[in-house]
Amino acid sequence: MNRELFVHNSIVIRNSKVYKNGQLIFEAETDLSISKFLKKIYKQQELKYPKFFKMDNLSKLGYLGVELLTHGDIQDKETALVFANSSSSLETDTAYAETMNEFPSPSLFVYTLPNIMLGEISIRHQLRSENVFFISEDFDPGLFVDYSKALFQQKKVVNVLCGWVDLHNNEYDVFLWQIALSGGKKFNEEELKKLYLPTHE
Amino acid sequence: MSDLHTELKKSIIEQLNLEDMEVSEIENDEHLFGDGLGLDSIDALELIVLLEKDYGIKLSDPNQGKEIFNSINTMADFIEKNRTR
Repeated sequence: MNRELFVHNSIVIRNSKVYKNGQLIFEAETDLSISKFLKKIYKQQELKYPKFFKMDNLSKLGYLGVELLTHGDIQDKETALVFANSSSSLETDTAYAETMNEFPSPSLFVYTLPNIMLGEISIRHQLRSENVFFISEDFDPGLFVDYSKALFQQKKVVNVLCGWVDLHNNEYDVFLWQIALSGGKKFNEEELKKLYLPTHE
Repeated sequence: MSDLHTELKKSIIEQLNLEDMEVSEIENDEHLFGDGLGLDSIDALELIVLLEKDYGIKLSDPNQGKEIFNSINTMADFIEKNRTR
């Protein structure tokens, strides 16, 4: 199968702002800590998911991004998750390492892998699908295009949710989008760059 | 309600990130796991850390946890009898 693929919706979370399909949908004060910024999105969206407060900031970014992208509703429980970032789970790794001097924190330890975020998203949406998490130096559209196309070509999926969710030194960069067999913009490297770059400074 | 009961409730809310919960909402005899507060296995590990960090109690037998962490009452009883700080 070599059918054309399309990008449905996209979300960008960057510099205290949230964009959906290129439109600004939320903005917070720029001096907020990341924890307060994420909590503000959670409250503004009137989400009811107490487990949010137990997540590390990387998982919170992924969880919130998917809620905003999908309106909290992923119909196809076989939707594959293809995610990547450049900093892995370094923020949480560091926080956990600091607790090791005294009492190692079990609740931090369980987030010391970046793909735990995919587990959180899968639990939230009861997905029973393929998922993969890549580490690449920078946002690499080709990686997402090649891997996602392979999934479709192998007829493993009819929907894929992709994400670049990076967090380092309290700087976050989130870009999520959905791919399907019809509708929206064409799914290729050029379109992905355009969707990712406009607000990227 | 004793100071220890209140202290425990505050610690649990803070340590386990139960952000939307108030001290007054946790009953002394309410189950902490299952149908009660709905804590999970990672929370249980955090409670074991809390006992050691705040009260100097190291659990020698992890199986004790089921009884000790049944409710705020059972936790407070155990701490009163075994605390070293």
